[in-house]
Amino acid sequence: MAAGVATWMPFARAAAVGWLPLAQKTMPKPPVDKKSRSDEILFVNVSGLRFQTWKNTLDRYPDTLLGSSEKEFFYNEETQEYFFDRDPEMFRHILNFFRTGKLHYPRHECIQAFEEELAFYGIIPEIIGDCCMEEYRDRKKENQERLAEDTEAENAGDAPLPPDATLRERLWRAFENPHTSTMALVFYYVTGFFIAVSVIANVVETVPCRPIKGSIKDLPCGEKFSVAFSCLDTACVLIFSFEYLMRLYAAPSRCDFARSVMSVIDVVAILPFYIGLVMPENEEVSGAFVTLRVFRVFRIFKFSRHSQGLRILGCTLQACASELGFLLFSLTMAVIIFATVMFYAEKGTKGTTFSSIPASFWYTIVTMTTLGYGDMVPDSIAGKIFGSICSLSGVLVIALPVPVIVSNFARIYHQNQRADKMRAQQKVRQARIRMAKKGATNAFLQHKEDGGLQDGDSDSTPLCVKNRSAFEHQHHHLLHCLEKTTNHEFTDEVTYSEVCVTDSVGFRTSRSTSLSSQQGATTTCCSRRAKRRAFRLANSTVSVSRGSVQELDTLHITKTPAGTQYPQSRSSLNARTEDLKLNCADYTAAIISIPTPPANTPDESLPNSPAIPGILRNSRSSTYNTQETVKISSL
Amino acid sequence: MGALMVIFSLQKDQRRKRTDSVEDELELSAVRHRPEGLEQLEALTRFNRKELQILYRGFKNECPSGMVNEDTFKVIYSQFFPQGDASMYAHFLFNAFDTDKDGSVSFEDFVMGLSILLRGSVQEKLNWAFNLYDINKDGYITKEEMLDIMKAIYDMMGKCTYPLLKDDTPRQHVEIFFQKMDKNKDGVVTIDEFIDCCQNDENIMRSMQLFENVI
Repeated sequence: MAAGVATWMPFARAAAVGWLPLAQKTMPKPPVDKKSRSDEILFVNVSGLRFQTWKNTLDRYPDTLLGSSEKEFFYNEETQEYFFDRDPEMFRHILNFFRTGKLHYPRHECIQAFEEELAFYGIIPEIIGDCCMEEYRDRKKENQERLAEDTEAENAGDAPLPPDATLRERLWRAFENPHTSTMALVFYYVTGFFIAVSVIANVVETVPCRPIKGSIKDLPCGEKFSVAFSCLDTACVLIFSFEYLMRLYAAPSRCDFARSVMSVIDVVAILPFYIGLVMPENEEVSGAFVTLRVFRVFRIFKFSRHSQGLRILGCTLQACASELGFLLFSLTMAVIIFATVMFYAEKGTKGTTFSSIPASFWYTIVTMTTLGYGDMVPDSIAGKIFGSICSLSGVLVIALPVPVIVSNFARIYHQNQRADKMRAQQKVRQARIRMAKKGATNAFLQHKEDGGLQDGDSDSTPLCVKNRSAFEHQHHHLLHCLEKTTNHEFTDEVTYSEVCVTDSVGFRTSRSTSLSSQQGATTTCCSRRAKRRAFRLANSTVSVSRGSVQELDTLHITKTPAGTQYPQSRSSLNARTEDLKLNCADYTAAIISIPTPPANTPDESLPNSPAIPGILRNSRSSTYNTQETVKISSL
Repeated sequence: MGALMVIFSLQKDQRRKRTDSVEDELELSAVRHRPEGLEQLEALTRFNRKELQILYRGFKNECPSGMVNEDTFKVIYSQFFPQGDASMYAHFLFNAFDTDKDGSVSFEDFVMGLSILLRGSVQEKLNWAFNLYDINKDGYITKEEMLDIMKAIYDMMGKCTYPLLKDDTPRQHVEIFFQKMDKNKDGVVTIDEFIDCCQNDENIMRSMQLFENVI
C-alpha cells in the first residue's frame, strides 16, 4: 500500500455513505475493531536514546518493523518500552520517515550502514525522496563496483592451482600470471625482448647506410644487409607464432580467446610474413605486399601484455568511446561547414589553393587544431574572416570532450591502484583469519587439557575453566559432542604431522599396547616424543603459574578397564589431572565472524610454542614436579 | 561515416542505460519477510514469550531480511567448526529446517525446528533426526544417504584428528549403524525400525536429555 494510506482509511469509509442509496444489495457488516480507539504514546529506546511517538505515526506503514506486530518481539515488559540495540543516530532518520513520509539519506553516513539499518527496520530503499535519491544511487553504485573489484581480486588467479591441474591449466596460468613461476617469467621477458628487437629492426632497416662499393646512391640498411634482416624477421615471427599457438592451446575457451583484442593483435603481427611467403614474386601484387609490411609495426602493441599503463590507456579509450565519438562527429560537422564556406569564399581568387571542397578539408583541419602549416592560406577578406572564425571555434570544439576523457582515465587508473592494493592486503587478511581460526581450535584443546570436559561436579573444576564465558563452555561442549559422535579427537597440526610420520613408519602397534597398559609405560614412542618436547620445554623459561597455586595432591593413576576406546581413557586421564592448574593460559576463543586480532597470547608461564596437546600434558607435569617423582602414564 | 559510427555508439549507450536501470530496480527490492505475531508463535511452539523474544532478536540481527538462505546458513554454521568443512552438513541441516522447501529458512521454520529439538518428546526428536538422515524424504534411509551424512559429519572434524581419519572410516561407521538399526536386513532403515531401535538403546535415550536447557 502506498505511504500514509492508513490515515485516510476513515475518510474513505465515511465517503462510502454516498453509495448507500445506489446499492442493490445490503451492505456487509463492518469488521469489529478489538483494539482501543484512543491513541497512545509509545516509548522507543534505541541504545539508550529514548524516542517517543504516537502509535498512529508508526501504524502508518504497516509493512515495516515498527508498524507491524514484529516490534512486539522487542518489547521490554519491565521498562514498558521497545528496546532496539541499534544505532541511535540512524534511528532519527527512520523515525523521521514515519513522521513525514519522506526518507532522507544522510550524506555523511556510510552507505552500507544505512542500508543495513533500512533492512533491519523493513524499509525498502526505493522510498528515498527525490532530494536524496541521486546521491544514494551514486554512492551505492560506487560501493558495488568496489565490492565487485574486491571479489574479482580475490578470485584472481593468485591462489595456488589444485595439484591435479592439467598441463593446459598450468600453461594458461603461466601465460596469464607470469609471476607465478620462474619458467613463465623467463618466457615473459624473452617475448618482450623479441618484440623490442623486431620493432627496432623494422625501424633501423629504413635508415640509409653507406652505399656498397661502386654505387653512389645511399641504400637503406634493409637492402644492404637484407639477409641479416630477413633472418631476424623470420626468427621473431617464428617465436611469435609459437607463442600464439601455445596460448591458443592453453586457453580455456578458444573462441573467446580468438576474439579477444590481444589475440587479434598477435595475428595481425605475424600474418604479413606468412602472406609474403605465399604470395608469388609478381610485380602487381608486390605493391600490396609492401603495404602489408606496414602492419608489422603493430607488433608494438604486443607490449600491452607487458605494460599495465598501456592497458589502462586502452581501457580508457574504450570507456570514453561515446565521448570520442561525439568529438569526431562534431569535428566532422565543423570541417564540412567551414570547408564549404572557405571554398566559396576563395572561389573568386586567382590561383587559389582551395581547388575543391575536399581540398579545403585539409585547410580546415589544420586550422581548427591550431596547427597552421601555411600551405593553404586565404587571400580574400571574406576568406580571412571565415578563417579566423574557423580557428576560434576549433579550439572550443576540441577542448570540450577532453576533460571527460581525462577524468575517465583518472578513475580507471585509481581503480587499478586499488586492485593492486587489495591484492596485497588480501594476503594479510587471510593470514589473520587463519590465525583466528587456529586460536579457536587452540582454545578448545586448551580447554580439554584443563579438565573442562570432565563430568564431575563443579567444585573440582579448576578456576580457569570456570572463568570462561558461558559461550565458550557451550562451544566446547558442542565440539566435544562431535568428538564423541565420530570417536575421533581434535588435535593440532603439530601432533597431526607427528602422528602422520609415526603412522607411516609403522609404530602403531607399539602405541596401542602402551595405551592399554596404564602404569607409566615410558618406553613408547609417545613418551619418546613427549620426552623430546619436555626437554625443549625445560630449556625455555618455565615458572609456576601466577595466582593461586593449588597443592599438588597425590595424583591418581587411573586404571581404565581393558577394551575401552582410546579417547575415553585419555580424556578421563586428563580429567584426573585437575590439580595441575599450572599453565591455565587464557586463550580467548575467537569465533571468526569478527575480524579481530588473533587470540590473546598466553601468559608468561607458557613457553612460546603452539598449544600443547593433551598427549604432552603429563610430560609437562613430569617436568615440573620432578621432586614429586610421581609419573602419570605418558599418554 | 564517422558520424554514423558516432550516432550508433550513442544509441547503444542509451539502450544500455535503460536496461541497466530496470535491472537495478529489480535488484534493489530485496526479499522481506515478516514473522507471525508473538501470540501465534507462542501457540505453535513450546517456547514462552520471553524465549521467543530472545530468539527473534538474535535471528533478526543476523538476517535483517527475515529469511536465511542456504549460503548464509552455511557461513553461520561453519563458524562453529573452524577445523573442518561444515558446508555439506550445513546443507543437510538446512534442508531439514526448511520444511516448506522454499529455499530459505524463515523465523517460523527456525523456531518450530528448535521447538521440536529442545522441547519435543523423544518420539518427535527421533522423527526429526530420521527426517534429517532421509535425504530424499521417501521414508527410507538407504546406505548411500547414510554414507553422505556420515561423510559430511566426518568432514567437520577436519584432518587434524587423533586417531587419523582413514578413508573408509565413514563407511565402517555406516555399517555399524545399519547392523544396529536394520532389523529385517533389507538394506534400508524405516522410521519404525529407527525409533524402535533408538528407544531400546540406553546411551541414545540418556543423551536425548542433554540439550534441554540450551535456551
